[in-house]
Amino acid sequence: MEGISNMKHSGFQGTLLHRIIARREITLLVIIVLLVAAVGIRAPRFLQPGRQLSILNDTIILLMLTLGQLAVILTAGIDLSVASNLAFTGMAVAMWNMMMPGVPMIVLVGASILIGASLGAFNGVMVAVGKVPPIIMTLGTMSVYRGMVFLISGGAWVSAHQMSPAFRGFARFSFLGLPSLVWIGVLTTGLVYLFLNHTKGGRELYAVGDNETAAGFVGVSATRAKIKAFVLSGAIAGLTGLLWVSRYASAQNDTAIGFELETVAAAVIGGVSIMGGSGSVPGVVLGAVFLGIVKNALTVIGVSPFWQMAIQGGVILIAIVANTLMDRRNQARLSMNGVSA
Amino acid sequence: MAEVVRLDDARKFFPGVKALDGVTMSIRSGEVHALIGENGAGKSTLVKVLTGVHSLTSGTVYVDGSSVSFRSPHDSQAAGIAAIHQEASMFPNLTIVENIFMGHHLRKPSGLLDWTTMKTRTSELCGRLSLKIPPDTLVRDLSVAQRHQIEIVKALSIDARVIIMDEPTASLSLKEIKELYELVRKLREAGTAIVFISHKFEEIFEIADTYTVLRDGRFVGDGRVADVTTDDLVRMMAGAALDRLFPERTPNIGDISLRVQSLRQAGVFEDISFELHKGEVLGFFGLVGAGRSELMQSIFGVRGRDGGSVIAGAVELKALRPQQAMKEGIAFVPEDRQEQGVVLDMSIVENTTLASLKAVSRFGFPNRRTELSTTARLAKRFSLRASSLLQVVAALSGGNQQKVVLSKWLATDPRILILDEPTRGIDVGTKAAVHSFIGELADQGYAIILVSSELHEVLGMSDRVLVMKEGRLVAEFDRDNAEAEQVLGAAIGATTAQRGA
Repeated sequence: MEGISNMKHSGFQGTLLHRIIARREITLLVIIVLLVAAVGIRAPRFLQPGRQLSILNDTIILLMLTLGQLAVILTAGIDLSVASNLAFTGMAVAMWNMMMPGVPMIVLVGASILIGASLGAFNGVMVAVGKVPPIIMTLGTMSVYRGMVFLISGGAWVSAHQMSPAFRGFARFSFLGLPSLVWIGVLTTGLVYLFLNHTKGGRELYAVGDNETAAGFVGVSATRAKIKAFVLSGAIAGLTGLLWVSRYASAQNDTAIGFELETVAAAVIGGVSIMGGSGSVPGVVLGAVFLGIVKNALTVIGVSPFWQMAIQGGVILIAIVANTLMDRRNQARLSMNGVSA
Repeated sequence: MAEVVRLDDARKFFPGVKALDGVTMSIRSGEVHALIGENGAGKSTLVKVLTGVHSLTSGTVYVDGSSVSFRSPHDSQAAGIAAIHQEASMFPNLTIVENIFMGHHLRKPSGLLDWTTMKTRTSELCGRLSLKIPPDTLVRDLSVAQRHQIEIVKALSIDARVIIMDEPTASLSLKEIKELYELVRKLREAGTAIVFISHKFEEIFEIADTYTVLRDGRFVGDGRVADVTTDDLVRMMAGAALDRLFPERTPNIGDISLRVQSLRQAGVFEDISFELHKGEVLGFFGLVGAGRSELMQSIFGVRGRDGGSVIAGAVELKALRPQQAMKEGIAFVPEDRQEQGVVLDMSIVENTTLASLKAVSRFGFPNRRTELSTTARLAKRFSLRASSLLQVVAALSGGNQQKVVLSKWLATDPRILILDEPTRGIDVGTKAAVHSFIGELADQGYAIILVSSELHEVLGMSDRVLVMKEGRLVAEFDRDNAEAEQVLGAAIGATTAQRGA
């Protein structure tokens, strides 16, 4: 069995350095640190704790949504309806609060998760059972759910004075020096991590996205995995809907419009393979943080808003190209190992 | 040795095809059982029945003496049957541990996954087979041989008592094959039953204890490998006289229309020289992977070459572009109809005229009327079954799709037709139609290359048969002396039947 123990020819030998570079998370972390340092030198106020906290606050909702997006992308899908889901659920709970200010927050939290999960389940069932391509399905529901916001609101806003103090304060009350929004984000991240890495259901998302046929061979149901992913994405979108309207103390019809693309971008920057089967929670955290910092830094160092969008887009593009190149290198390594298509 | 699995009078019918027609097989523990048969003999169907992918039309599968019916791959695994499907069943982006435990993850009492135990179990199972690969390694980082080994470990992890290996040595080096034998022997000693599918007789005689031969979905014979010779097995595989009908014709062989000289592509095919004549059907036989399709692709110009020349008529095809080959009258009907042959979402008319748009165009625009008349003429010739010529090809049956592909190439008005597995996956009736059509074309003076893995098709259709093995031409037979056993023997490398041109 000499040949088996002798692994010079296989990919996992490599030096320690190679293995670290191969870990995309570490590369991204280094880039983030360098970015923060560079911006800090240019504009020292960027490094002040207050500023950092505000970046964190801005990023946490993106992070949460991206975690849901991660689950869906792992199954080789995509969820473009998250921002509309967020807006609808946010509007729904805000109106409920406006009409019945006495309903306790815990009920609204439960309701937001449930509403979001149902919207996600609709996507999931249509994709997994109805075999509608995820991008088409969620492009459709992106509009449908957005349209539903207008329908229930009649085009009107729910503004701060129409919300109960408990509702307005929900995302902002401070605990151990950090706002509740951040704590909820941390908790969600932990739970998603636990789900994806330490439960059967979570691992099955990876299996289905990596090789659906093989998943079938070992009795893993692709249908159930896909529905699960969309439900999770929807549930998170619903919860962030509540958090969003609470934090900004206003529920609008165009809340978070276009935000779904930022979640996809954060996921891709974080190393999630758009082809499915590959991606991690730490990667997504870093991807969201990176995107959050870039957005903030551009403002802080005084880049004109006209340029900001183009630069942001450029950064996302670079990340995607880097991702593709890395995937291609992996492919090359595959064929070097003698695996033909 | 105890019988683990038994198939009794197993029949599996698909529309128009009897894939299995009364097969009996007994698989015993501690034995390596070779499953032998040429392409299309029913081996893959049999494997799919054993692994729960297909259910039987009639007949019974017994496990440990009691009859079972597998409704899914899961049922078959639960009964202790595992198949090694090479790449198809692996998760390249996941680790070895996960590849082994996917579908039956171990859990802690809390319900969370027990990674520690799974890793230990993996190392343990690997150790049992003397494999030293870290369990955290991603499968995409493994070599093909290592992936095989992991598949075997996976089979062990579900306590498989029957492991089916389908051509496990196909992509392995000599050294790796030796290691695989080692593994197989270890498994056998441990009492596992192995079903070993291989085309290579050296392997069968090296590793197998017993054999079962299938032909045309039927059981031909079984016994102990020690009691037979290669010739016996070849005889069983090849069968007696042709019991199928191929068109009778008197070939009228004309001038040379295609000449291939010393064509080579490193590692794929070497030193290929032959001539093709007007009015001739030249059969290319060989096992899957012998390099026939690649050779044809290279002749047509869709695949590169490292040396040699291809001369069509009087023109040497140097450009390595299919356009040039087409211009010189070569039409190529590729093996994979759906991927290379038709555009599924386009109509019959659009597909048919795709390769001959110039001929049906006026002032650079396709003329609908010419397109329709060309297509109608060809459709009639092939008795194409479709509700309308504007129907999308995706809606047609496999056989009718094949007719569209053939029409497309005939519309280019070729002189040389290269048909790569023209009847694979189509029903018996359409097959016969394609056969008689090939004969007709040859009679009309077309020069035809017929690549087929179906021995009787090659023998029944060809005026001359060339046999390829591992990228080389190893034998040539005339119609009169092309005997099934010798042709098959040459392809497998069992006999020394080599003849000059």
